[in-house]
Amino acid sequence: MTDPDLETSEPDEQDDESETTGDFLARATGVGSSMKQALMVPALALLSALIIGAIIMAVTDVDSLRLWGDDPGEAFSSTLRGIGSAYKALFVGSLGSRRAITETLFAATPLILAGLAVAVGFQAGLFNIGANGQMHVGGMIGLWVGFGVSAPAIIHIPLAILGAVLGGALWGGLAGLLKARTGAHEVITTIMLNFIALFMVDYLLTGSFFQAEGRNDPISRRADESAQFPTLFGDFRVHIGFLVALGAVWLVWWLMYRSTIGYEFRAVGANPDGGKYAGMNVAWVYVAVMGVSGALAGAAGANQVLGLEPYRAFSNFAGDTGFDAIALALLGRSHPVGVLFAGLLFGGLRAGGIQMQGAAGIPVDLVLVLQALIIVFIAAPELVKAVYRIKTVDDTKSSSISTGWGS
Amino acid sequence: MTAQTMTGTEEVTLRRATPEQRRARAIGIVMVVLAAFVLWVFGFGVDGGDTSTFNLSLPGARFENIKWEVDSRLLSIILAVIIAFLGGMVLRRTYLRWTNVALAVSLALTALSFLTWAAAGKSFSLVGMLVSTVVLSIPVTLGALSGLMCERVAVINIAIEGQLLTTAFVGTIVGSAANIWVGLVAAIATGALLGAVLAVLAIRYHIDQIIAGVVINIFALGLTSFLARRVLSAEPSLNSPGRFASVKIPFLGDIPVIGPMFFDQNMFVYGTFILVIAIHLGLFYTRWGLRSRSVGEHPKAADTVGIDVHRTRYRNVILGGCIAGFGGAFLTLSQVARFEENMTAGIGFIGLAAMIFGRWMPLGALGAGLVFGFARALQQKLGILGTPIPSEFLSMLPYIVTIIVVAGVVGKSRPPAADGQPYIKQ
Repeated sequence: MTDPDLETSEPDEQDDESETTGDFLARATGVGSSMKQALMVPALALLSALIIGAIIMAVTDVDSLRLWGDDPGEAFSSTLRGIGSAYKALFVGSLGSRRAITETLFAATPLILAGLAVAVGFQAGLFNIGANGQMHVGGMIGLWVGFGVSAPAIIHIPLAILGAVLGGALWGGLAGLLKARTGAHEVITTIMLNFIALFMVDYLLTGSFFQAEGRNDPISRRADESAQFPTLFGDFRVHIGFLVALGAVWLVWWLMYRSTIGYEFRAVGANPDGGKYAGMNVAWVYVAVMGVSGALAGAAGANQVLGLEPYRAFSNFAGDTGFDAIALALLGRSHPVGVLFAGLLFGGLRAGGIQMQGAAGIPVDLVLVLQALIIVFIAAPELVKAVYRIKTVDDTKSSSISTGWGS
Repeated sequence: MTAQTMTGTEEVTLRRATPEQRRARAIGIVMVVLAAFVLWVFGFGVDGGDTSTFNLSLPGARFENIKWEVDSRLLSIILAVIIAFLGGMVLRRTYLRWTNVALAVSLALTALSFLTWAAAGKSFSLVGMLVSTVVLSIPVTLGALSGLMCERVAVINIAIEGQLLTTAFVGTIVGSAANIWVGLVAAIATGALLGAVLAVLAIRYHIDQIIAGVVINIFALGLTSFLARRVLSAEPSLNSPGRFASVKIPFLGDIPVIGPMFFDQNMFVYGTFILVIAIHLGLFYTRWGLRSRSVGEHPKAADTVGIDVHRTRYRNVILGGCIAGFGGAFLTLSQVARFEENMTAGIGFIGLAAMIFGRWMPLGALGAGLVFGFARALQQKLGILGTPIPSEFLSMLPYIVTIIVVAGVVGKSRPPAADGQPYIKQ
């Protein structure tokens, strides 16, 4: 019997120097190498998700459901109108105007950073569900620099981001250290660290150090103006954080595909035993990967407190971003460029979702459902292929990244 | 070091302590430090002459007003001496097998000392806390049992959280629309459905099991939050199912302390105990159990002797979903009696940790569940008692315990050999 672990190191994963767009798309989607096929699965996944989302809206439309008994025709058209207005709002809110597009970029910024965090973990075979906690720890330290230090913006902003990055790296590295030293599975430790960070933020927000003066509710002081991220286009909310996110995409790409450390990350991810026999310090790689991953999430956390009104921290200020990031990294197949596009898509869904809630009265949580559906279809290309009867060249790949709870 | 290795490896291995011995030394040191901590903080942290009063009966019980009054400082000093003695025994490393027991006893004594300190000069309902411990352990134990059913056949079920959340939601809606028994059945059926989804994604489509589980969790969170806002807020009557009442077992229910803990609870508590015993007997004394375990340890060998690996996996993962459904129903039909967004708050993951802590054994799951239940009960009751410790830190307690547990204070536990690996028939 051959050890399945030994088979996972594929030549194209190891050598990305000569990677062409076709190869990347093939790997990113798991379907053929032509452009048309490569885009087919994500597009069909999006379509399927929207269809199922429509069904969910239809069966939960309480007002229209009441009509079915008296006037089925009216009920049917009322249901359709509801779905139509919801999806129209989703589109208008994400791409319909100049403001909508900048809102999409604005919403995509933390998603891209947190998505990169999860993606780096995936590439090294680690499942970082702790982006949420790392965002909280990073964000709090970033905010502390933001109101505790006085400096001109040109120094203050980088300094605050640096603080957030270090805080996130610390929180992520802790999970890496636990795994390296004790074999504690990172899925559980990062989730527990999320809760611990959440309560720690709550505690700090009611302490005199962080709490806004003259307030009794858990809300922090406001970051100095020199630490607030300036916007890119005047009135629109999109800010320099978006450029930071783009820089991070490039940096992660360089780290993973052009540096020795990144090579070690990916080698350990492909096969930890192989990495060990090749002389790599696997324990150190776990700490480093979780540190880098946490650092990126920390930057996303800085974005949440320094990039938008009210430039303060409050309870659970990271919101769902840390969890959306998992979906996003899966969608982007853990490639930085894939994460960028996935982040833009989810940013659009988020910006549109808010519009949808306002204009059509559909709770924004529907976006979470859509995201989960997209991921199901993306993570199981065979499912999409089965539903739409697509024939493909390469069916052998299985996307196993985990092998249980052992160290 | 290098010189030694060159002269002969035997010499080195003789001199170096085995991992168990090194672990015993580390734990012994921890215990001695713990004793010092208990003595210093809990023993001398209270005013001399203060007494702590522990109520051992609930108001209105048949044997009322059973109390234990004790000198707070004296008790902690005695406890510290016992912990230090146990730590010394562990450090001598002669009885390595008892290391974990000594550690567990020391931690329990530390908890008692902590309570004495917190209740110094006050009265504290110890039995109330122990009853809460049992109640709060139920969803954790059920989550652990659900995970165990799946992992014994080598399917990682990280979707327990989502299964609990969804079934809790279904339980409240159906329970409110019909009655709580129908709600219970609907929740269990939904659990089976979610188990089947996980099984299909993991077994039929070979999706990475952790990814499949996380997707189910995201989906469950999104869908239940969406429906809670859209349906439950429009029809609040659909979110008040009522709850299962306690059923007191005659005679046994009147025993002080143990009675209210184990024999004056509702159907969910009894059901959980029955499940633990049934799964234990099933796994280790029946054909089904032997087959399940062989599929989890060595699917190829199981296949060779004619066991249908995939069918066994489907069946157990669906059964695991049913157990999670029972746990989800507990949340809305017993504990809170209404659904709140993201009300599970990580219980499913704590259940996974309990499964690991309990070493993939049903009885271990129950014990681990009780430990987590105790941590949560402690957090709740200390809030009432008013200690100088901020409530946020008390809230962190169950999660910190989980990390410590998973990081292997209890020693390395071994998962089923094929855990997490898809089986592809050749």
